[in-house]
Amino acid sequence: MIPTLFGVLLITFLISHVVPGDAAQLIAGPRATPEIIQRIREEYGLDKPLHIQFFMYISQVLRGDLGKSIRTRRPVGADIRAFFPATFELTTTAMLLAVLFGIPLGVISAVYRDRWPDHLSRVFSVIGVSMPIFWLGLLLLFLFYIRLGILPGPGRISGDPPAHLTGLYLLDSLLTGNWRALGDAALHLVLPAFTLAFAVLARITRMTRSSMLEALGQDYVRTARAKGLMERWVVTRHALRNALIPTLTVIGLSYGELLGGAVATELIYAWPGMTHYVVGSMTSLDFPAVMGVTLVIAIIYITVNLLVDLTYALVDPRIRY
Amino acid sequence: MWRSRLAVLGAAIVLALVVVAIFAPWIAPYSPTRINLRERLQPPSGKHLFGTDDAGRDILSRVIYGSRVTLRICALVVGLTLVIGTLLGLVSGFFGGWVDELVMRVSDVFLAFPALILAMAIAAALGPSLENAIVAMVAIWWPRYARVTRGQVLSIREIDFVAAARAAGASSFRIMLRHILPNCISPVVVQATLDLGEVVLTAATLSFIGFGAQPPTPEWGAMVSVGRNFLRDYWWYTTFPGLAILITVMGFNLLGDAVRDILDPRLRRGP
Repeated sequence: MIPTLFGVLLITFLISHVVPGDAAQLIAGPRATPEIIQRIREEYGLDKPLHIQFFMYISQVLRGDLGKSIRTRRPVGADIRAFFPATFELTTTAMLLAVLFGIPLGVISAVYRDRWPDHLSRVFSVIGVSMPIFWLGLLLLFLFYIRLGILPGPGRISGDPPAHLTGLYLLDSLLTGNWRALGDAALHLVLPAFTLAFAVLARITRMTRSSMLEALGQDYVRTARAKGLMERWVVTRHALRNALIPTLTVIGLSYGELLGGAVATELIYAWPGMTHYVVGSMTSLDFPAVMGVTLVIAIIYITVNLLVDLTYALVDPRIRY
Repeated sequence: MWRSRLAVLGAAIVLALVVVAIFAPWIAPYSPTRINLRERLQPPSGKHLFGTDDAGRDILSRVIYGSRVTLRICALVVGLTLVIGTLLGLVSGFFGGWVDELVMRVSDVFLAFPALILAMAIAAALGPSLENAIVAMVAIWWPRYARVTRGQVLSIREIDFVAAARAAGASSFRIMLRHILPNCISPVVVQATLDLGEVVLTAATLSFIGFGAQPPTPEWGAMVSVGRNFLRDYWWYTTFPGLAILITVMGFNLLGDAVRDILDPRLRRGP
């Protein structure tokens, strides 16, 4: 993991330093004199050779300092802390939705193999994996907000946000007993979370279906049925538990997709999250912010995949670490 | 039966896409770029089946020409990643040792990022354009092919015919290209067809966010991106280009599943 993280640092660094155009010029603004640009270049260490800049960057990151954003003129770390909870709330809700609907759908599909519930769920999952998230988001926004007016539009909340504890509006309003904010934040979450969940839901359904089909064909399932166990228990206790491992892998891999999908979702729903922030930073070539956020996102992604590996042991006692 | 019907549907969609792209100038009722301010934002009608956009351009014609842009992206991205990834995987698996270690560690790093985020960062740094988006996609995609190929090479390398070729005096280069490569190409082709849909989606998403094709290029993602500003009153602006993306990706995905079943029966699974 350490060499990978070093590589991640190197890549984020390289990406930000092949930026065509002069970063110092960007920081200084269009009307800066050459002297000011030169001073900024020295201040940000932009006048040093690339490899020196890279080592400066690494030692800075190791001290927990991600540098200062050119656009917001605040420390990148502070910016990330401000924008992270929104993304976390959105992606986690989306993942919960996807798991909550995806696994049962996959099980139903496998149990009713080649009958209409199976056909329906398969058509649904083919559409799901083929759906451009940004288009689905616009479609839902148009239908439920603009036309029907039954769900709130862009943003995380309509009135004042709940008192800041974690930055997660649902949790904060729950902890402070602010029921108005809780209901409002939950309603705001419905469309973006469903938009984001859709593709992952389809993927989980597909994987659950195929691994359930495999499990249902095993000898222990036949034995369970032969000893007169109710079909319900055969499916949930015997087949599903064994079918969950490949599904877990898909969940882990899909988390990266959720972070990617969050980009379009946050853009459409004006969701003040991390990816919304990073798109703005990329557009304005704010490279300290871009480096900081991509680094944090990569770390989250690596960590989630590690956690998924660890949960295998929980689901399957044969696997030990 | 159901399976093969879906495969036929997928093939039909892809075939239609190719035909539309080739014959675009004959099929499209109008020019995709001709501005006609007197007819801006017209709803779908007999004259403009998909309506017109904010510059009075015919959306149907733009969707038709968009198929060319999409196919070009697909061909370039999949073609380049196929060549780069397969070669690196081949060399990595065949020689082993530090070459293998290096290629695999570098691919680890690329796989440590969510693909879209890394592609965005690269595309943004190079400057937003369709060409740079293609470069970015190739950069994030090659490790998959390198890994698939390497895995194949590792198992094929130990088979007797390789030893026989070596005994017959064939050079490493010749063994690699003549004996090993042809035997590991089929999973790579499967991977490529399965990836086509994802390439279309990623390219459209990059353009939607603003790091890919720039308006007024008739690219579907870029069209949806501009249409977004007119969502409230002009639903057709975003609807039709988006629908084109959905149908195209679905066609590629269905076809990809079918190709996988034919070329690699071991992986045969329900969709």
